[in-house]
Amino acid sequence: MISYRNVTKIYPDQSVALRNVSFDVKKGEFVSVVGKSGAGKTTLLKLLLAEERPTEGEVLFDEILVHQLHPSQLPELRRNIGMVFQDYKLLNSKTAYENVAYVMEVMGLEEDTIVRDVGEVLEIVGLGERAHHYPFQLSGGEKQRVAIARALIHRPSCIVADEPTGNLDPYHTRDIIRLLQKINELGTTVILATHNKEIVNRIGRRVLTLVEGQLVRDEEHGKFIVV
Amino acid sequence: MLISFKRILRSGFEKFSHDRSSTGAALVVMTVVLFAISSLAILQGMSAFLVERLQEGVDVSAYFRDSVSEEEIFKVRQQLLDLEEVKEVEYISKEEALRRFIETYRDKDAILAPLDALGRNPMLAHLNLKARNPAEYAQIADFLAGEAFASAIASIDFHDRAPVIERLFLITSGIRAGVVAISIALSAVAVLVAFNTIRLTIYNSKEEIEIMRLVGASSWFIRGPFLVQGALVGVAASALALLLLFVLSLVVRAQFQSFTEFDIFSFLISQFFTLLLLCLAVGIGLGVFSSAIAARRYLRV
Ligand SMILES: Nc1ncnc2c1ncn2[C@@H]1O[C@H](COP(=O)(O)OP(=O)(O)O)[C@@H](O)[C@H]1O
Ligand SMILES: [Mg+2]
Repeated sequence: MISYRNVTKIYPDQSVALRNVSFDVKKGEFVSVVGKSGAGKTTLLKLLLAEERPTEGEVLFDEILVHQLHPSQLPELRRNIGMVFQDYKLLNSKTAYENVAYVMEVMGLEEDTIVRDVGEVLEIVGLGERAHHYPFQLSGGEKQRVAIARALIHRPSCIVADEPTGNLDPYHTRDIIRLLQKINELGTTVILATHNKEIVNRIGRRVLTLVEGQLVRDEEHGKFIVV
Repeated sequence: MLISFKRILRSGFEKFSHDRSSTGAALVVMTVVLFAISSLAILQGMSAFLVERLQEGVDVSAYFRDSVSEEEIFKVRQQLLDLEEVKEVEYISKEEALRRFIETYRDKDAILAPLDALGRNPMLAHLNLKARNPAEYAQIADFLAGEAFASAIASIDFHDRAPVIERLFLITSGIRAGVVAISIALSAVAVLVAFNTIRLTIYNSKEEIEIMRLVGASSWFIRGPFLVQGALVGVAASALALLLLFVLSLVVRAQFQSFTEFDIFSFLISQFFTLLLLCLAVGIGLGVFSSAIAARRYLRV
């Protein structure tokens, strides 16, 4: 479903973020991407959403070369991949409900559908009661759950989470990871970038290890080992 | 499609009412622009009115001696009507002349008293002529001053209205050029201010726009509200400018009317829809134009 082929990314300032990275992700997998800060995890994910273009090599999503998509086709791609960020990236002027609903408004869906689906998704992430709170009224863990709800709302085939627990305490961290596992069990592919050793080891699924932009290890039941 | 359009409109409304301070500045300048442009329309209407008033006037009057009979006067009138330069000839009999005189000086005993004392009608029958073109009054006067009429016509009056009309044209076109220049300059300022307003809004919502982009909002779904915001500045400014115009016209109405006989308020009422359309077209046009440029420059989506 996702394919990175000999991908190298060099930013305009000559910093090399990824060197000749290749791997495939099959539908339904739960993949953790680990590495120290600056190892290239964020860059790896940005390439998938076509936020950055590879300097060399290619990135495919569902057989499509994402960096060859026309800018007008990007919204379509981004609706197929739910994205979760460390800093949540919620719209501060909108409530939890409205943040999630916005994604559906963007898709031009009817109000009835929106009311039904948003309610459902907020239940799934356990925020049914806090739907009408604004981000500043929510804890970090709750904000991240809103973000996950938003990523889930258009039933994407894949969820990409970039250090979703980076700003959370251990309790909320476990909570969010459990939620991601649950989403994965329901059939959605999950790609999780993190430098949190404990959670990676506990998940016990496939682990890609990046060191200075190179993919040094790809193990089916991996552990967090950074050399 | 329709539902997206509605959402874009709503979001534009929110932006418009949200950043009051920056929208306010754009609103003020835009209002001034529309006020100037509407004044231009009023000026146009007023000069048309005044020119028309002036053209209603008489160019040449020919007074006949008492001895001349009505039939002879009618013959002269026919000759005059055959002239190309003459547009209209009106016959005023002795009686009619007296009636008009008394009518005019109804309240002025000092003028009417000697008339009573006289015991007879001192007025002369006359023809009032209008030239096709006010500048041609001289040819008509020359014609009447000729030998053929010397025995019948006692005197000729001419009212040379051409210089007055010309001066009026000159003054109004001078004012118009001035107002046009000011309007253009103000429009440029308005575009800059509106542009800057939208730029600020875009800048302030940079993060928000980034998020919208990431969750898959299309570029027009993101840009649309800014265009709506610009258009709303135009709509609100139109309302404000017209309101201001009506209030001011009520204030100066009486003075203006005694001065020029032009009823500025009635003119505004009669031209309300034209003015409204003009303001809306210019206001929305400038508003959307500035937002579109700002969005193009600062909203790379
Ligand atoms: N926009 C950018 N411009 C230039 N260099 C960048 C940019 N983004 C990331 N980098 C560099 O690329 C390398 C990888 O960064 P990143 O992908 O953010 O790593 P991680 O997410 O693992 O911390 C770092 O050296 C970083 O400084
Ligand atoms: Mg990162």
